[in-house]
Amino acid sequence: MLSRLVLLSASSLKGSGPIGAGVVQATRCLRTSSQSLAPVPPLPEEGGKVRHGIFPEEFFQLLYPKTGVTGPYMLGTGLLCYLLSKEIYIVNHETIYALTIGGIIVYCVKKFGPGFAEFADKIYEEQLAKAEAAKESSISILAKSIEAEKKEQWRVEGRGLLFDAKRNNVAMLLETNMRERLHMVTNEVKRRLDYQIALQNLHRRMQQEHMINWVEKSVVSSITPQQEKESIAKCIADLKALAKTSQAQAAA
Amino acid sequence: MADRPVPVAEKRLMEVKLGELGTWLGGRDYSPNGIVSMFRRAHTRYYNKYIGVKKGGIGGIAMLLAGYVVISYVWSYDHLKHDRWRKHH
Repeated sequence: MLSRLVLLSASSLKGSGPIGAGVVQATRCLRTSSQSLAPVPPLPEEGGKVRHGIFPEEFFQLLYPKTGVTGPYMLGTGLLCYLLSKEIYIVNHETIYALTIGGIIVYCVKKFGPGFAEFADKIYEEQLAKAEAAKESSISILAKSIEAEKKEQWRVEGRGLLFDAKRNNVAMLLETNMRERLHMVTNEVKRRLDYQIALQNLHRRMQQEHMINWVEKSVVSSITPQQEKESIAKCIADLKALAKTSQAQAAA
Repeated sequence: MADRPVPVAEKRLMEVKLGELGTWLGGRDYSPNGIVSMFRRAHTRYYNKYIGVKKGGIGGIAMLLAGYVVISYVWSYDHLKHDRWRKHH
């Protein structure tokens, strides 16, 4: 039973950073005191030193001043002898199991330990890289959004110019409109005035013509037939005289 | 270097002098909350020292298992007593 449990123990659980957290089910408290620092300080590189896999180094350091380097080993040997001789540790079939399996475990750890450590380190590195990448990406996204925000602010400054241009446009439209209407007004007024002038001219011309016609008619009607004959005879005489003079000119 | 005097019950075990051990044991907080916090503190310290590091070794978990082996041997000693080779030591 004991040996099986020892078997279950890591045959090569080195570098168990992320895996250790799962094996030792931990409600992992904060690494720091109750005042939590931010940012969280990084993990220490190396764990506490352990000699022969199970004895913490502090024990050896504790006995060093009084007994030197071999002290703890002598203590261990004496303790072992005591336990065996008093049969507090009983040698039975399980001892053989324990020794065999202990040997196997030690062999496995020594052989596969470093390889597994590298594997675990690689996993850890990958996780770290992923977290870093996520952090970097979010930082870059935020930086970009800051840039965009600044650009938008710069654009907002241009809004004044935009409104000025629009105001100018509107003013021009109004101006154009007003000028059009002025044009229209002048044209209309001129048209009406021209009409009046034409009307007056017409009146005057009609009056003139009427008067002329009337005068002609009265003159023509006043010409008596006697006067007509006399004038015709005078005309003939004049024509003859003219013909004579022209004949004389042609001969000369 | 002498820091300001700390009351005995709050010292760490390694700093308690042998004569003060009784006082120290008596002064610890044995309420349920205290016991739980005792375990939690011990776990935190052990974890931070041996397991929660970048390059932990076999010692972190091997020590726990060795301790488990020892404790289970101690608990089953009464059963194992019958396997003794000699009756009188």
